[in-house]
Amino acid sequence: MGMESQLLEIAGQITLVLLTLAILISFVRLIIGPDQADRIVALDLISVLIVAYLAALSIYTQEKSFMDVAIAYALISFLGTVALARFRERLARERGGRENLGQEEDS
Amino acid sequence: MQILTAILMLCGGIFCFLASVGMLRFPDTIIRMHAATKAGALGSGLMFLALASYYLELSTSLRALAAIVFLLLTAPVAAHLIGRAAYCTKVRLYEQTKIDELSYACDWHQGEDTEDDT
Repeated sequence: MGMESQLLEIAGQITLVLLTLAILISFVRLIIGPDQADRIVALDLISVLIVAYLAALSIYTQEKSFMDVAIAYALISFLGTVALARFRERLARERGGRENLGQEEDS
Repeated sequence: MQILTAILMLCGGIFCFLASVGMLRFPDTIIRMHAATKAGALGSGLMFLALASYYLELSTSLRALAAIVFLLLTAPVAAHLIGRAAYCTKVRLYEQTKIDELSYACDWHQGEDTEDDT
């Protein structure tokens, strides 16, 4: 029993480190993304990773209420992603849908 | 049962890490969405499965399963919206893209009659 809980603790530490590295790596893409769509995809991935982080933290700290936080965060992040995608699509439609907005910023 | 929880949690963490590595290294927005949405949703789903197998109570495990169902319902919808917005604003495609079957799908410059889907 003691060895199993120790194994669970080590697995939780490895998982939390992996998730932190994943959030940092996708933050790099959020910064250097050449287009606005890249940044929206990176934000979506970061919010999904934060949901996974909260679930792993709920196992690691044995605190059940983190799971409710994770579910609520998943709901809110879905709404945020949908709002960003609709905003970008409407902006492109008002400009005629021809030009690439991100490359327009670059040039 | 704790060994199963540890295995599920490690698999979820590895899938999330691979999703972010694919996010960094893939060459194109549409190809990056392949890594981000699929592997991200799978990693979070595995993490909620680990949560359900760790507590093993009816209320907690049912909430974890409901969270998995919600993730699997919303991840394709969000990916579809982002992909349509990215494609219809003429995002730069990868140089080795051979088939572009949607190249006629969003001709907004011809008229404003596509406003009804908002």
